[in-house]
Amino acid sequence: MTPETAGVVIGTGEAVIFWILGPVALAGALGMVLSRNAVHSALWLVLTMLSLGVFYVVQEAPFLGAVQVIVYTGAIMILFLFVLMLVGRDSSDSVVETLRGQRVAALALGAGFAALVGAGIARATQDLPVLGLEQVQGGVGGPSSGNVEAVAGLLYTRYLLAFEVTGALLIVAAVGALLLTHVEREPGSRQTQKELSRARFLTDRPQTLPGPGVHARATSVAAPALLPDGRLAEDSFATGIEPEQVEQMPRPTGREQLGSPDAALGSLDPTLSDTPGGRTGGEHR
Amino acid sequence: MPAEGLLAASWLLIALPLAGAAVLLLGGRRTDRWGHLLGTATVVAAFLLAVACTVQLAGLDGRAADVELFTFIATGELDVTAGLLYDPLSAVFVLLITGVGSLIHVFSIGYMAHDPARRRFFAYLNLFVAAMLLLVLGNSFVALYVGWEGVGLASYLLIAFWYTRPAAATAAKKAFIMNRIGDVGLALAIFVMFAQLGTTSYAGVFGSVGTLAGGTITAIGLLLLLGACGKSGQFPLQAWLPDAMEGPTPVSALIHAATMVTAGVYLIARSAPIYDLTPTARAVILAVGAVTLLIGAIAGCAFDDIKKVLAYSTVSQIGYMFLAVGLGPAGYVAGLAHLLAHGFFKAGLFLGAGSVMHAMDDSVDMRRFGGLAKKLPITFVTFGLGYLALIGFPFLSGYFTKDAIIEAALDRGDVWGWVLGGVAVLGAGLTAFYMTRLMLMTFFGRPRWDDGVHPHEAPTVMTAPMIVLAVGSVAAGALLVSVFPLADWLAPVFGEPAEAAHVVAPALVGLVVTVVMVLGVLTAWLFVGRREVPVTAPVRVSPVTRAARNALYADTVNESLFMRPGQWLTRALVWFDNRGVDGAVNGLAAGLGGSSSRLGRAQTGFVRTYALGMLGGVVMVAGALLAVTAG
Amino acid sequence: MNLSYYLVLAAILFTIGAVGVLVRRNAIVVFMCIELMLNAVNLTLITFARSTGTVDGQIIALFVMVVAAAEVVVGLAIIMSIYRTRRSASVDDANLLKY
Repeated sequence: MTPETAGVVIGTGEAVIFWILGPVALAGALGMVLSRNAVHSALWLVLTMLSLGVFYVVQEAPFLGAVQVIVYTGAIMILFLFVLMLVGRDSSDSVVETLRGQRVAALALGAGFAALVGAGIARATQDLPVLGLEQVQGGVGGPSSGNVEAVAGLLYTRYLLAFEVTGALLIVAAVGALLLTHVEREPGSRQTQKELSRARFLTDRPQTLPGPGVHARATSVAAPALLPDGRLAEDSFATGIEPEQVEQMPRPTGREQLGSPDAALGSLDPTLSDTPGGRTGGEHR
Repeated sequence: MPAEGLLAASWLLIALPLAGAAVLLLGGRRTDRWGHLLGTATVVAAFLLAVACTVQLAGLDGRAADVELFTFIATGELDVTAGLLYDPLSAVFVLLITGVGSLIHVFSIGYMAHDPARRRFFAYLNLFVAAMLLLVLGNSFVALYVGWEGVGLASYLLIAFWYTRPAAATAAKKAFIMNRIGDVGLALAIFVMFAQLGTTSYAGVFGSVGTLAGGTITAIGLLLLLGACGKSGQFPLQAWLPDAMEGPTPVSALIHAATMVTAGVYLIARSAPIYDLTPTARAVILAVGAVTLLIGAIAGCAFDDIKKVLAYSTVSQIGYMFLAVGLGPAGYVAGLAHLLAHGFFKAGLFLGAGSVMHAMDDSVDMRRFGGLAKKLPITFVTFGLGYLALIGFPFLSGYFTKDAIIEAALDRGDVWGWVLGGVAVLGAGLTAFYMTRLMLMTFFGRPRWDDGVHPHEAPTVMTAPMIVLAVGSVAAGALLVSVFPLADWLAPVFGEPAEAAHVVAPALVGLVVTVVMVLGVLTAWLFVGRREVPVTAPVRVSPVTRAARNALYADTVNESLFMRPGQWLTRALVWFDNRGVDGAVNGLAAGLGGSSSRLGRAQTGFVRTYALGMLGGVVMVAGALLAVTAG
Repeated sequence: MNLSYYLVLAAILFTIGAVGVLVRRNAIVVFMCIELMLNAVNLTLITFARSTGTVDGQIIALFVMVVAAAEVVVGLAIIMSIYRTRRSASVDDANLLKY
């Protein structure tokens, strides 16, 4: 403080508070950035915000200090924690940085920014006068009205329009949040088992479709199912795959083979079937 | 003065053939049966109307009639009114076109009887007649240009009438392209007129052309001459005309002998007020005429194709006409008289050639003819009369008109007059030589045709027009000189004929020309008539003959001077376009595409990368602010 | 001790918030870092209000708080809907808008 600056002299008590709470606020900020768990981050941030609230009170803004504690630390951080719980705690960050060079660049730029702005501010404001707010809101036992009256007096006169617009903004934000998070589901849009069954029996084919390869002697889904008379079951053609000639086991030929379960399985060396295993089978007749 | 009575309806002259062409072209096959009759009827009707109009015109004071039709182009300063000018000059041409045109239409009925596309042929012929009439009747250079292009189109269509023959298609393209060179000259001349005078009508241009600088007038004259050379097959654009004989013979008779190719002469005669002011351009016309006259005559001596000989004869005779109109006021009437007489006898000769071809299974090789006089008596007589008229046999039409040109040349009185007169006399001798050669090879001597050919006389529908034209060939000269003096008739256009101070007595000129002509005939008899004509052309010949056979290397010159450099230029331009222009454009596009796709990689989609960039920007701004304030 | 101490502290807090935005991937933590930056600015505003002897700075700080509250509401709603469709709260996973 230079002697010619008028106004309030910053007392030792405030300096003590600053030197205690300043490091605390810094620690809270660093803790928020560095802790892997998002809930821990939120709690670290609460610490910083509370420190800042104290600073507000110290700097003759008790109303804002209260708002800071109630709105920020109370409401907004709780909202954060709610969302954290909804999203799930397990979605904590991995330590590995996926973007190459992001951390180094961020740290370098951050250090540069802090150095530039910090040094600039320190140099520009080292002789900043402290007029204090006693003239407008009265200190403790001062002549004029209190902090709340001073803030309200300005808020409802000079800043009335901005205040109104802020109200509109809050309403829009509330409606927007509702719109974004609400999931519409038509009542009765989900069909019941009874309704599905009735719909199926109204079609030409109440039973289930034959699966591909049923009754065919091949393992490929490209082999269509055979009807009892040996024709191809058109319903069984697999969607997305052209029915084609596939390697099939030979059809059992004699009564012996038919009688023997082992023979019915046929031999293990696959040969091209002469039965229609696919639409191109006719070439081999 | 404004037209009244029949003259006000002179637009019908153009409309009739045009309507005929439209009906025949749009009617399609339905008109196949009677299409040729309609085509002929429209032209005959136009001829009768033209006769009536001309009779009325003869009774008018000043002998000129303006027919305003409609506003053709009206934009800003350019205001072209479509109108007709019926004056003695156009009347002469209208009568020639419709008269000879009617006869040739009649002839074509017989000549094209067996052609499946006869209707199309008559449609094109009608189109040609309409365009040609517009050319000579229009009252402004723009109207003339429209007709000019119309006859070019009709000529192209008719030369390529048998378009399945490669030779015909090529000849049509050649004719079209060489005509185009001339047309560019004509168009430029019209542009200059409009730019300098603000008008293109004859009255406007001729009224104010005197106010222009001498150089501009000469430029207009030379550009018009270029157009005339292209259309009339004059040096240096003469090479297309002989090739145009690929078309049907009636086409050769009508378009490439009697009417269209004389459009250049009409243009120069019509532009007389311009040429009166520019002796330079007039001298160039003289040179062109004289050179063409000799080239045509020399080349005509060497060919064995009967139509090509006649074609080169046409080139040569039009050279006479150019020579005449280049002489100025003294020669206009002589040139136009020769044009009319030439229209008659050359059309007759071509029709005779058509009759011969008709008899000889479309062969045109004279070495395969011979002794046809007995087989085709009517053709022989009519052809012979045309031949005598052409070579200037005394008291036939060619005698009067050609002598008039030679007299007019000599009347210049200076050295150049003697040179030009000498060239013209020499040309007359050459004409006599090659025409006698043609006669001897075709109609006399031993028959040389193949066994399968049975020559027969053509039907009446073909011989009748030939007889009429033969009568015209005999009488036209005398009529034009004495009974209906062309000079008096054209006086409103070219002024009263001055009584020329003859350097050489006309009778003496006639005598000299006759002697030279007889010499030419005798030479031909010595070379051709006395001996047997070999069926194949001799290979070992003198360099002069070889040059003449190649038409004095006109095609070679054209190819080496214009075609090859043009091809080189085109190739170079194509190369430059592919490598240079396309390369630059494609390279620029590829460069931009490549760099943008590389720059696009910066858009990683990661918000944090963007935020890093923002922070970097903030640091830079903060540093800059501090640097400014601290500095 | 003078007021520039508060300002430098605010600047450092702001920087920490900014770096946190850059290095953290959990969208909610990123949001918290943004809140920290806003708080740092509020501290600056209140400090200057005290310095100049007017209450206007406090009013602006109040507005900042209100706007921040609205922003948090909407932002968290967006995070919720993204999480619902993508099953992830990482800002790196929402990277479709790119070359």
